[in-house]
Amino acid sequence: MEFSRRDTLAMGLGAAVVTVLPFRVNAAADDQIAAFTGGADMADAGITLTAPEIAENGNTVPISVDAPGATAILVLATGNPTPGVAQFNFGPMAGSQAASTRIRLAGTQDVVAIAQMADGSFAKASTTVKVTIGGCGG
Amino acid sequence: MAASALVGASGFGNWARLAAQQALTQDQLLEFDTFGNVSLIHVTDIHAQLKPIFFREPEINLGVGPARGQMPHITGADFRKAYGIADGSPSAYALTYNDFASLAQTYGRVGGLDRVSTVINAIRADRPDALLLDGGDTWHGSYTCHQTAGQDMVNVMNALKPDAMTFHWEFTLGSDRVNEIVESLPYAALGQNIFDAEWDEPAELFKPYKFFERGGSKIAVIGQAFPYMPIANPRWMFPEYSFGIRDENMQAMVDEVRGMGAECVVVLSHNGFDVDKKMASRVTGIDVILSGHTHDALPEPVLVGQTHIVASGSNGKFVSRVDLDVRDGKMMGLKHKLIPIFSDVIAPDPMITKLIDEQRAPYADQLAEVIGHTDENSTLYRRGNFNGTWDDVICDALLSEREADIAMSPGVRWGPSILPGQAITREDIWNVTSMSYGEAYRTEMTGEFIHTILEDVGDNLFNPDPYYQQGGDMVRIGGMGYRIDINKPQGERITDMTLLKTGEKIDPAKTYVVAGWASVNEGTEGPQIWDVVESHIRKQGTITVTPNNSVQVAGA
Repeated sequence: MEFSRRDTLAMGLGAAVVTVLPFRVNAAADDQIAAFTGGADMADAGITLTAPEIAENGNTVPISVDAPGATAILVLATGNPTPGVAQFNFGPMAGSQAASTRIRLAGTQDVVAIAQMADGSFAKASTTVKVTIGGCGG
Repeated sequence: MAASALVGASGFGNWARLAAQQALTQDQLLEFDTFGNVSLIHVTDIHAQLKPIFFREPEINLGVGPARGQMPHITGADFRKAYGIADGSPSAYALTYNDFASLAQTYGRVGGLDRVSTVINAIRADRPDALLLDGGDTWHGSYTCHQTAGQDMVNVMNALKPDAMTFHWEFTLGSDRVNEIVESLPYAALGQNIFDAEWDEPAELFKPYKFFERGGSKIAVIGQAFPYMPIANPRWMFPEYSFGIRDENMQAMVDEVRGMGAECVVVLSHNGFDVDKKMASRVTGIDVILSGHTHDALPEPVLVGQTHIVASGSNGKFVSRVDLDVRDGKMMGLKHKLIPIFSDVIAPDPMITKLIDEQRAPYADQLAEVIGHTDENSTLYRRGNFNGTWDDVICDALLSEREADIAMSPGVRWGPSILPGQAITREDIWNVTSMSYGEAYRTEMTGEFIHTILEDVGDNLFNPDPYYQQGGDMVRIGGMGYRIDINKPQGERITDMTLLKTGEKIDPAKTYVVAGWASVNEGTEGPQIWDVVESHIRKQGTITVTPNNSVQVAGA
């Protein structure tokens, strides 16, 4: 039987892409954060990032961000080969500073959202999304 | 609510004391001084066990991180000590694994929905408007359930008249069938975390909560379905649905029902116990969580903040009665009893017996056929973090019938036990194997990939954060040994993988023939696992269990 890692995932235990070592952090993510914030400190409060704890499908993971009063929100998948996911910019007439999207995750990793506030300060939220082979649930 | 407002937090001692008397009566099992003004009756994880069965509780149930040494991660003598249970007593038999085969001779089978009905009727006699709440995993797990696509269970449960239900394995019937049944259910189908996958909005068919007027109080019951269904079970069978824990939405629902005047908030949950504990610490305003999924049976509720978590076992073995005192807009007190369903002590409800037998009659010959026997020293059971003896038989069947180097069997927690010298019928085999995706695949995997699978499943069990756990046990392995350090991070837990037939280390680059079943992927091919196991047992005739020391556990 022809065998490949991809086939085994498909035949054996699930279709999710799995990395052996979780929490790979791409250095490019740090660079993008630095470029966005200019190295400024980031507050823990002021931004809410909602994402599943375990992805049902690593290829399309629903996430949402909400940062009242923000002018821009940067979303990064820190473990992806290309960490940049999206940057949402909000004009002064925006009714709310929130957005939802779906992202693709190459494996278990931290998803990070950083909001730039109207006063120029920054706030950061981070959550781990696990991408798993699955199966075997009780 | 002040802790001092609790009155008689458990009725457990009432029957633990019976050990000394070596006597047990239905009246004693049901004895309960009705309390407050509201009664909840909780059943969960019945797994389609209509008839009395034997069920051995786990020997190994390890907790990691903050859960280490905490309930329900205590077993055997430590468990008995924690609750003051005497060795050899009825409660020792019901709640711990030791001397299982000999105590089973004394105390007999457990469960049976006709006995459960008697208990429900007795509670309703005390409190006619008691709420009966089903935590799910009801329409899965037996020959007749599989053949009727859950209809046998629906028919019998409807006769017990539940008030609400939540879900897990039900969805493995496929979304068309689930929708069909739910649309006709005469009670509420609840799940605040059941969402439409395309729009990521609450699914229309499943309501987040339902209000009940009971004892002059407004009770809100919020449903919480199993959060990881599309991961632990085949997503392609219910592609329209999305789940997740969604505790921000749970908080919104609690706030909503409180805003609508709920005086008591009950969550009917299929999260699993550790996830419920964490949810109780993050979501405020829940009075009681009726916990399912991880099959834990606890004689007393666990209190997290102001939330009481009740765990009611599995396979029809227990019914929990929870009486609540709801006054002045809030819950003032709680009284609880975990009632073990000793099938020889509790009289069956003849109406339900007849109904059960009607469901089984068309399949009577198939169910009863004897395939083999256990020898006089062998007990077959599944529960435990690592291989149970039933799993060893299944893995042996996969190795020999499918000519594989290594076998993998899912770490599910359902499946009754078989005593020494007992006949193994076709029904018994289906009780530990039946599912809608039972194809036994045969494939090749590299040593590296086998390691990846074990690490992945290990993290689903031993991640210190319960929100990253799925609630099953470790994948069962035949033909290969390994060492696991449960406290290490993913990628570092599994070492010393050894091919048992040669004693050689598993080579990451080498390819091995692997047989397994219950793949979550669409299009899996192979014979059904129950046919594989039946063929194996038939050839063996008598099943002899030998000690399995192939998994070395560190960090426990």
